[in-house]
Amino acid sequence: MSRMTRPLAGAAVLAAAALLAAGCGSGFNSNNSQPAQKTGPASLQILIASSGDAETAAVKQAAAAWAKSSGNKATVTPAQNIDQQLGQAFAGNKPPDVFYMDASKVADYASVGALYPYGNKVNNPNDFYPTLRAAFTYKGTFYCAPKDFSTLGLVINTDLWSKAGLTDADLPTTWNQFTTDLQKIKAKGIVPLAVSPSHDRVDAFIKEAGGSIVDKSGKPDADSPQNVQALTYVQGLLKQGLMKYSSQLDTGWGGEALGTGKAAITIEGNWIEGAMKSDYPKIKYEIAPMPSGPAGPGTLEFTQCWGVSAKSKNHAADIAFVNAMTAPQQQLAFAKAFGVIPSRQSVQATYEQQFPTDKAFLAGAPNGVGPVNAPKVSDVLADYDTQLTQLAKTSPSAVLSRLQTNLTSALGG
Amino acid sequence: MASVSTPPVVGGGSAATSAAAARRPRRPLGRRRGRYPGEATAGWLFSAPAVVLLIVFLLVPILMALWVSLTGWTGQGSPFAGGVPFAGGTNYAQLLVRPGLEREDFMTSIRNTLYYVLLVVPLQTGLALFLAMVVNQRRLMGRTFFRTAFYFPSVTSSVAISILFLFMFTGTGAINTLLGFVGIRGPSWFNDSDGLLHLILGGLHIVDPNSPPGALANHGLLGLSWWEWLSGPSVAMCAIIMLVVWTTSGTFMLIFLAALQDLPMDVEESSILDGANVWQRLWHVTLPQLRPQVFLVITLGLIGSWQVFDQIFIISQGGPDKTTLSPAYLSYTTGFGDQQYPAGAAMSFVLFAIIVVMTLVQRFLLRDKDDGRERRAERRLRRSMRREGTA
Repeated sequence: MSRMTRPLAGAAVLAAAALLAAGCGSGFNSNNSQPAQKTGPASLQILIASSGDAETAAVKQAAAAWAKSSGNKATVTPAQNIDQQLGQAFAGNKPPDVFYMDASKVADYASVGALYPYGNKVNNPNDFYPTLRAAFTYKGTFYCAPKDFSTLGLVINTDLWSKAGLTDADLPTTWNQFTTDLQKIKAKGIVPLAVSPSHDRVDAFIKEAGGSIVDKSGKPDADSPQNVQALTYVQGLLKQGLMKYSSQLDTGWGGEALGTGKAAITIEGNWIEGAMKSDYPKIKYEIAPMPSGPAGPGTLEFTQCWGVSAKSKNHAADIAFVNAMTAPQQQLAFAKAFGVIPSRQSVQATYEQQFPTDKAFLAGAPNGVGPVNAPKVSDVLADYDTQLTQLAKTSPSAVLSRLQTNLTSALGG
Repeated sequence: MASVSTPPVVGGGSAATSAAAARRPRRPLGRRRGRYPGEATAGWLFSAPAVVLLIVFLLVPILMALWVSLTGWTGQGSPFAGGVPFAGGTNYAQLLVRPGLEREDFMTSIRNTLYYVLLVVPLQTGLALFLAMVVNQRRLMGRTFFRTAFYFPSVTSSVAISILFLFMFTGTGAINTLLGFVGIRGPSWFNDSDGLLHLILGGLHIVDPNSPPGALANHGLLGLSWWEWLSGPSVAMCAIIMLVVWTTSGTFMLIFLAALQDLPMDVEESSILDGANVWQRLWHVTLPQLRPQVFLVITLGLIGSWQVFDQIFIISQGGPDKTTLSPAYLSYTTGFGDQQYPAGAAMSFVLFAIIVVMTLVQRFLLRDKDDGRERRAERRLRRSMRREGTA
């Protein structure tokens, strides 16, 4: 053998590996082909991001009932980490038929054609709150039926509130009144407001000022005068010591700051009720709508939909399943089982009757706005969060122009 | 004294000399024929299972990832299917050349990990060596207990330890309570993004961290200003560094301990007879004999530290203010958080390149200088022999 043997053997191994890699690849179908639809009874795979045993059990029970009455099969799997599991499933060409899809991720999945846009094919689609439909609309297409939602409200420790000499008549309706209330609480040596350091809280003020991060056509609109006005207000609260980020109080989120008595008020959604009940049962609190800004009332909405994968072979059965899950009675049953607010307007009255404490959260529904509806912006928003934690030290316009630049480059103009 | 400074390693039988000896015999020119015909085939056949496993589980996935890093794959279906666009070096350019958030984030993660490695590797190597020497003492009471105690963090799950540290380092946790006893008001560790160097420079009134000099703040490299590059590890990162040093030094202690127990007694005894004190014995007798183990520990430490992931995933998720972002964690969030698998894959290959370069540099710095001299002399000799042959 010659001295060439070594490099040759190396090349042979590499070539063999490359062939193998190609072989692995060819095992999959080619992309972007619409699958042929199956007829007859279907077997649906459903992946859910469950908040706990109560939700898993309720969804499993509802799915089993649907399967029995419709003659199909439905397997519900709770995910450990739904982002990662969905990513792997789509990459491996075996996505679940139906899955929970967060509004902040819809644009990511819709932009690459992973979602089946069935929004208008479900029963009575106009019954869903218009703001929720907007949250699941990408480039003019309504993709999926909203499962449930939450809005942000002011959660107030009533003992500390009255300690500062405030009453129900002082519940803030405007930014000015809100500032005055916070000043009165601060005068008693109490941290007035604690907020999680995230755009998922602070952007509520942007909505109240009439601004938005991305406009209705999906174009970046972060450096508008309205947004500057909102962040200037928040910066003022931070500088005067009227507001602190929950991390500054050594707490993980606003609810912990409220529950441990480190702050009198926080901004959170209705998920805080469960946490207060189990972790801080002694703290008395009430919920008020967010104060109105220069452009009127506003809040943020968090919602998930029943996503259906474009590659599912059972689209008819998928829609039938979603119809069953979003039926008014079923939504009320879910609300009772694990504390979520129904996404259909037709059950609002019944829901308010059964859960009177959530009235303030529901009041936000018409004025809410969903998460930033644009693909591949999570790193941009993470950077925005970082900038927000520094807000007291920087200028609002610098924070927003940086956000605008990053959004523009992420969205390609 | 002079005799001590060049340790008599001959006949020591230490791993250092045996490793050098194994390297020394050069392969003679011209291939050695096997004793039996078909020996090579049999050799390949016997090693085939291992080779196949390596190819299928290591080489192929690496090549697949390399391919993904060169495409614009969106995570839908196979990255090898027809419709996937070829992106060439775009993903790499985004990380290294093109100004923008991607490069800034990546460079921030490189900066964080650079400081992390600079602190973790020397500290864990030093601590491991120290612990090994302590438990190697013949006079130590309860040696077995201490060996187990020091090794214990290494066998415990890194997830459990991370959560433990999360509690210890909260603002009102055990660490700050202890600091409070001696009158120090501890920082809120995992929420504190201030850089250590910034704090020191500010504390000495050399630079005001709130308004750094324009020369540093307005100029920079690869998207970060010099001031940002010079931040040092953040307080949060320092807490993670302490955690990692504490957990890994046990493993490396074991490596040092095994080597220490293998060291010949007579060398140490003769150095004692020569009048060397404890420090001289450590520096001139023990450490030179441990060179292969030091090399191993630093190499393993370097590779492991650059890939730091678990602790960050559990404790800080890159925060506060991105000061604990590491390339491995950023690669994960870019891939699975943002569905930008190609960019995530590209990051891991840049990280791979960094690790290779760092290991080569470290190898060069720690090379056996005597060995190199010998080899150069040997090469010279061979060259002159060849010249004579051709003449």
